Amino acid sequence: MQIKIDENGNFKPTIVAFCCNWCSYAGADLAGTSRLSYPANVKIVRVPCSCRVNPLFILRAFQRGADGVILCGCHPGDCHYTTGNYYTRRRMTLLFNMLDYLGIERDRTRVEWVSAAEGAKMARVMNEFVARICELGENKRLEDLRCKKSLEE
Amino acid sequence: MQRIGVFVCWCGTNIAATVDVKAVAEAARKEPGVVFATDYQYMCSEAGQKLIRDAIAEHKLTGVVICSCSPRMHEATFRKTVEAAGLNPYMLEVANIREQCSWIHKDRTEATEKAVVLARTAIAKVSLNVPLTAGESPVTKRALVIGGGIAGIQSALDIADAGYEVDIVEKQPTIGGKMTQIDKTFPTLDCAACILTPKMVDAAQHEKITIYSYSEVTEVTGFVGAFKARIKRKARFVDETKCTGCGECTSKCPSKKNKNEFNLGLDNRTAIYIPFAQAVPKVAVIDAESCIKKKTGKCGLCQKICGAGAIDYEQKDEYIEREYGAIVVATGYNPIDLAKYDEYAYSQSPDVVTSLELERLMNAAGPTKGTLLRPSDGTHPHTIVFIQCVGSRCDDARGKPYCSKICCMYTAKHAMLIREKYPDTEVHVFYIDVRTPGKNFDEFYRRAVEQYGVDYIKGMVGKVVPHDGKLLVQGSDLIANEQVRIEADMVVLAAAIEPDKSARSIATMLTASIDTNDFFTEAHPKLRPVESPTAGVFLSGVCQGPKDIPETVAQASACAAKVIGLLAKDKLKGNPCVAHVNEEMCNGCSTCEKVCPYGAITYQDKEFRVPGPKRTEIRRVASVNEAVCQGCGACTVACMSGAMDIKGFANKQIFAEVDAICR
Amino acid sequence: MQEIFGRIKKRAAELFADGTVTRMVGWQKGESDYDKTPAVFGPDMKGFVYDGFCGANLSKYLINLSKVEGRTLVLLKPCDSYSFNQLLTEHRIDRDKVYAIGIDCNGKLDINKIRALGVKGIRSVAEEGDEVVLDTVYGSKRVKRSEVLLDRCYCCKGKDHVAGDEFILAEKRVDTTTTDRFELVKKLEAMTPDERYEFWRGELSRCIRCNACRNVCPACSCVKCVFDNPALGTDSKANSDTFEENMFHIIRAFHVAGRCTDCGECSRVCPQHIPLHLLNRKFIRDIDELYGEYQAGAEVGQRGPLTDFAKNDAEPGATPDKGGKK
Repeated sequence: MQIKIDENGNFKPTIVAFCCNWCSYAGADLAGTSRLSYPANVKIVRVPCSCRVNPLFILRAFQRGADGVILCGCHPGDCHYTTGNYYTRRRMTLLFNMLDYLGIERDRTRVEWVSAAEGAKMARVMNEFVARICELGENKRLEDLRCKKSLEE
Repeated sequence: MQRIGVFVCWCGTNIAATVDVKAVAEAARKEPGVVFATDYQYMCSEAGQKLIRDAIAEHKLTGVVICSCSPRMHEATFRKTVEAAGLNPYMLEVANIREQCSWIHKDRTEATEKAVVLARTAIAKVSLNVPLTAGESPVTKRALVIGGGIAGIQSALDIADAGYEVDIVEKQPTIGGKMTQIDKTFPTLDCAACILTPKMVDAAQHEKITIYSYSEVTEVTGFVGAFKARIKRKARFVDETKCTGCGECTSKCPSKKNKNEFNLGLDNRTAIYIPFAQAVPKVAVIDAESCIKKKTGKCGLCQKICGAGAIDYEQKDEYIEREYGAIVVATGYNPIDLAKYDEYAYSQSPDVVTSLELERLMNAAGPTKGTLLRPSDGTHPHTIVFIQCVGSRCDDARGKPYCSKICCMYTAKHAMLIREKYPDTEVHVFYIDVRTPGKNFDEFYRRAVEQYGVDYIKGMVGKVVPHDGKLLVQGSDLIANEQVRIEADMVVLAAAIEPDKSARSIATMLTASIDTNDFFTEAHPKLRPVESPTAGVFLSGVCQGPKDIPETVAQASACAAKVIGLLAKDKLKGNPCVAHVNEEMCNGCSTCEKVCPYGAITYQDKEFRVPGPKRTEIRRVASVNEAVCQGCGACTVACMSGAMDIKGFANKQIFAEVDAICR
Repeated sequence: MQEIFGRIKKRAAELFADGTVTRMVGWQKGESDYDKTPAVFGPDMKGFVYDGFCGANLSKYLINLSKVEGRTLVLLKPCDSYSFNQLLTEHRIDRDKVYAIGIDCNGKLDINKIRALGVKGIRSVAEEGDEVVLDTVYGSKRVKRSEVLLDRCYCCKGKDHVAGDEFILAEKRVDTTTTDRFELVKKLEAMTPDERYEFWRGELSRCIRCNACRNVCPACSCVKCVFDNPALGTDSKANSDTFEENMFHIIRAFHVAGRCTDCGECSRVCPQHIPLHLLNRKFIRDIDELYGEYQAGAEVGQRGPLTDFAKNDAEPGATPDKGGKK
């Protein structure tokens, strides 16, 4: 488990970002090329398409201690593989609703469509997302949905 | 256990100024599996690449992680580097510590910490990498063109000129398509037949082109480079090899009252007919539904007359099977059926015609020999009203939401031609907008208005009422803000165009996608406009979207260039990062097949060993055609059992990356 | 019900006799009289019963039975026929090797509700009109049917079969539907996230990972479950703080989303009485609301909502607020 408090006592969340290779990963590169900064907490995992992201990956990240998971893909209609992000949209809508239903804070998960030209959007989205996760604080709920930890305590 | 080498690039000061590269290398060295880690000023330079190659040899590395700029920048470069040192090029991962780290973070500690995490994520991934080899598949050097209109002809000619065999499959008895029915073309007013028929002849005479007219593609299997198509050659009851096209039979045939499709039913033809004088192939065809011999068994006049002995009443449909490397879809369009537009009285009065019918009425080879006469009484019309956007840009279910693109221009052409030939004729055009983007298009339209005095009225027509031999047209003039009533002799409707009805079934056959309007979808609307997302399927002409003749021809040639580029290859090298199925775990449930945009997944019954006395059982399992799969991964998530996975982006690898980030 | 049982037996005997089928999958007495369990029978049908305790959905057994020689006779209650269709859609059952009889159902009985009424020592059950007659070691007891049904039967999908080669039905069908199946889902949605979390934590922490829900579920019929699959990295054994352990129910619900026919078997068999169907129903409710009404298994060959899309689908996170306070 990471130490999530820095020397000043501030919360340092762990954020996993899944970015599709063709749009969003390129968008993140463009943010870099344009020197648009966003917090270092965000770590990007490159996937061929947003539709490669299995809900299992997102749940795994939370279970391993991620505080927020964001998934970025091409805008609907612009998918490199034509239809991938349409399936992503349905899957994630249902998954996020389910997490919400279980009482997990809705804002811990997010989907954003970021094109290769939207470096500025990438930086803005990441800044917003990290700020929101900082407000929410540490992800304890999903990590311990079945109270194993609290029972041990 | 892998032996992993980690190479941290400074990128001059681009990375080194914000990230402590030595600390990154130091941290990487402690990761499991890492046997070597170093840093260098420019990894992508020749000296840097040599350093990598040498380290691979010296430390017997099995996996390499480069911490540098984005993989979109230099992944290909470094793949070649490790390959040169004898490693599989896919045993490499790039940690992006420039675009996604040093360039966006200012705090050195923070940036270094992040770079360490990114490095260990790449290490975690590469330790699960396996060598991948791109599959190769041979290319059949023959193209199939579905549709023999101007688009199909142009594509076929260009491909054949490059030296490849081409088969054109046309469902009508002649090639030529819609353009054969058009009188003159905008904005140059060339005679359509004069520019089209030589091309039809070129196609027929080209040694590399085979024309299957009166034929349809009924089945396509296979994939890029190796499609297999089944072509149905419909019985025309005339032996194509014997018929000389003399036309003797057509003049003697007693069944004369059959709707002539070529003239859109404005006149009649015989049961045995040649569609028009310049048809290619110029071979007669018997329409079995109106042939007296076919219906009653009596007659047989044409057989008696035919000197070549070409008539064969017993001819059957034939099927041929051929292999192709590439397929061009050029299925074209049709004007929509106007039966639902009763307000324009199309079904009530023969003097309300579509624009395509007007083409025939003005064509020298048409039913009126080129003299514009009213279909109802054969008199000269003195007032003609054109109505634009009939079914185009239409919100309701009767029409189409899109702009048909060609109507504004051909209407200007019609109006101009009529005013020129019959200056005593009044011409009114009701329009929503006049759209004239195209070379010399707006000039052309302005000429119609300014020189030829065509009356353009901005507004729509509410009603056309046939009355006493005339057509009462009631419309509104939005600019003058008043109601307009015109007593017209003829009304011409610019019917929307829609993809040919065959588009849908052909799309299904080819697993190529079509949009909600049945237009074929391009692989990328901007960058790959003549390719379908299905590899090896190319789009030519209006099947992809409304366009005029010059655009169609340009697209047809572009499409041919793409086909030639494909057929020029002897072998196709695939992307090795594609889906593969673990058959032991596959349920055979067909879920993955449904989300695959490429039709790369099929199912087979296979025998499996099972415990117990039976020993084996037959199960339905998926199989992925690696030549067709593009590696998007939609199937991997759709698959409940996790039997589907993507090479290079495997479930286990992504889990490892996630775990490494959250560690 | 007793009359139906007689007719089923008679018809099954005919089908065995004329060689149409070589075996039958039905129910027999389990460990107790109120615990009827699925079983495969030969022509003698020894031990075969059909009564109010035969709640088990038999369709899943056909996956394996359609791999063996000969045809299998299966008895499908109306709700089971949806699962049957769904499995046909997924090519898991060979239709030619199954002879399906749609049988009558008056709703199935919940032993826990009967026990709560103080009835013990049940030996057999019969149904008379609106009453259930329980023969117990302490004598005969009568209870109102409407008080002792399984929860799922109060929001039955309907008493019409969506599949079957023939049907054995009572002249007078009993409608047991009294409630909206989404009632509890809506109630949960209207809670605050904290309340919801407490609710689910309370429920899910009772899970003993016995896998009964997975084993009974007709949609959970993978050749190899992801939780048993070492290639995926999601498997694990008896370690309380693992990925699998914590996320099991979410993943299971997601895996059956769009395929779950809402047969309610998961909740029926849960020894810890966790209302697992409320997870599945949440998905069903969202699918219905967002992508149009969809009933898995209504027809063979349907395209499920997760293998389909519309260009104007709702965006993740943009779903309307269900009244749950933030």
